[in-house]
Amino acid sequence: MTQMNMVQAITDALRLEMRRDPRVVVLGEDVGKVGGVFRVTQGLYDEFGEDRVIDTPLSEGGIIGAAIGMALYGLVPVPEIQFSDFIFPAYDQIVSELAKMRYRSGGEYVSKLVIRTPVGGGIRGGLYHSQSPESLFIHVSGLKVVCPSTPEDAKGLLLSAIRDPDPVLFFEPKRIYRASKGDVPEGDYTVPIGKARIAREGDDVTVLAWGAMLYEAMAAAEQASEQGVEAEIVDLRTLWPVDIDTIVESVKKTGRVVVVHEAPRTCGFGAELVSLVTERAFLHLEAPPVRVTGFDTPFPYTLEMDYLPLAHRILPALLETAKF
Amino acid sequence: MADSNVLERLYRQMLLIRRLEEEAARAYAQGKIGGFLHLYIGQEAVGVGAIAALQPDDYVVTTYRDHGIAIAKGMSPRAMMAELYGKVTGCSKGLGGSMHMFDAEHHMLGGHGIIGAHIPLAAGAAFASKYRKDKRVTLCFFGDGAASIQGFHEGISLAALWKLPIVFVCENNEYSMGTPLSRTISVDDISKKAAGYGIPGWQFRGEDFEEVQAQIGKAVAQARETSMPSLLEVRTYRYRGHSMSDPGKYRTPEEVEEHKKKDPIAIGKQKLVTAGYDEAKLKGIAESVEAEVADAIRFAEESPEPELSLLEPTTYDGPFAS
Repeated sequence: MTQMNMVQAITDALRLEMRRDPRVVVLGEDVGKVGGVFRVTQGLYDEFGEDRVIDTPLSEGGIIGAAIGMALYGLVPVPEIQFSDFIFPAYDQIVSELAKMRYRSGGEYVSKLVIRTPVGGGIRGGLYHSQSPESLFIHVSGLKVVCPSTPEDAKGLLLSAIRDPDPVLFFEPKRIYRASKGDVPEGDYTVPIGKARIAREGDDVTVLAWGAMLYEAMAAAEQASEQGVEAEIVDLRTLWPVDIDTIVESVKKTGRVVVVHEAPRTCGFGAELVSLVTERAFLHLEAPPVRVTGFDTPFPYTLEMDYLPLAHRILPALLETAKF
Repeated sequence: MADSNVLERLYRQMLLIRRLEEEAARAYAQGKIGGFLHLYIGQEAVGVGAIAALQPDDYVVTTYRDHGIAIAKGMSPRAMMAELYGKVTGCSKGLGGSMHMFDAEHHMLGGHGIIGAHIPLAAGAAFASKYRKDKRVTLCFFGDGAASIQGFHEGISLAALWKLPIVFVCENNEYSMGTPLSRTISVDDISKKAAGYGIPGWQFRGEDFEEVQAQIGKAVAQARETSMPSLLEVRTYRYRGHSMSDPGKYRTPEEVEEHKKKDPIAIGKQKLVTAGYDEAKLKGIAESVEAEVADAIRFAEESPEPELSLLEPTTYDGPFAS
């Protein structure tokens, strides 16, 4: 075990997999000599050279398109999109080509690659450096979507993602890139895709959270505990395919569910989670499901801490849902 | 003079493509093929000549007008026709249809329905080839309409930057859908755009498959030997509308007839006559093509449709989440 932050854990995973598998290449804006704007690829250029750690022009469609072509030819590319807010020029590539390749070639070709991209608010990034577009990708059949909340999970999930047979979007919550520290196992291990984690046990209300908001949910749960409400927190880890069994098991126990996410409320992933829970555990529900989310507006610059569903907004939802 | 066996093989390939598509058009009119069907009729010499300049394990990526290119790359007429019919025996198990001609065995990296989106993909395939030092070349086809879209610029820009073994072939058939080139693009020759990327580019006509083979051959050699990409414009013409639903009224019948005088298949036939083929021999080729087309149609008609249970396992490798 080594103490690492999330950036170090992700770098560790990339380095490990690049040493293990010569088909793995990294490409993106500033990922080479500079080591990435968040320094996630630092040191990789020196160790693996410019053929495997590839600086690209500002060309998101080109980066993802080329990565898809590399994957069709048997490489295992791990492209980085510098901010998930910049992913939209590549949205066509992801939706029309990447997600549908296995289907539309009748299984002849698969684009097995991992798109890494920082996600979410908390760095005063304003509307073009703070968004959480996960539901836009979950909605597209054919993609897997992952968002870790701890360094240990980040490393283990990234290793799983690179070895996964399907294309994976790997969202890295930038607010906790360096703020989250923890013990990370040395060497090779994986955290399975599609498995949630019970981050806190409790009997009164289930909270579904991921990424940076996991910590806000945990903080709110501690405050709720002081008032006699014990929240069970499910860290989704993989958003799609979501671990619905773990979620439903928890909701059947508590009878109550609160979903927390940074993205705007309408058609956010919370809407899908509430539907899935309602379909499977309707008769177990003791209270209406509640969503604590961002607003249906662009991500604000000055009002960031009001927009984000921080602990002070989660706490009342926990208490009211528990009391309902 | 080329080897007459080669001439015959390429002529036969063009004739096979033409006849397969004519029969596909008939099946479409009968409602047996649905959706969209973009025919290559009139452009056969481009695909056949270009692919004749490749090695068998070179890669080909193309746009939605892909039937002819897939056949030239080695796909079986059965797999192509069954795909058009939406049958499970098709190249993509009947799930894709006309615009999705994939054939891993023959290194056919697909027809792609989104204009220009496949151009960066082709650059990626060429990157992989260079990375693996396997000396393969990627041939990427697209139409004149693609030259104005994001993927065109991004794909060629990366290929030029990374010096990839790839040849970009713009099949300029003078219309992007129904609008003539003069109203959609500011240059009269798309290969001129090569200069902006610092790579070679040139233009030539595409009715004579031997000429196409020779011109593409130069670019392929450059790609294979020096890893220098190039952007070629091949002037061609489609006799039919953009798709089966397009009557093509934006062109005069005289214009279409004028182009048909330079029909690639007639030119090919003349080459065989010059090489000493008599009527009986030519008839023999035509009959063997007819038999192969009839076999493909019969195969497609008799094949079953895919089961609904095929949808999920071709979307994800693992189980669905919900």
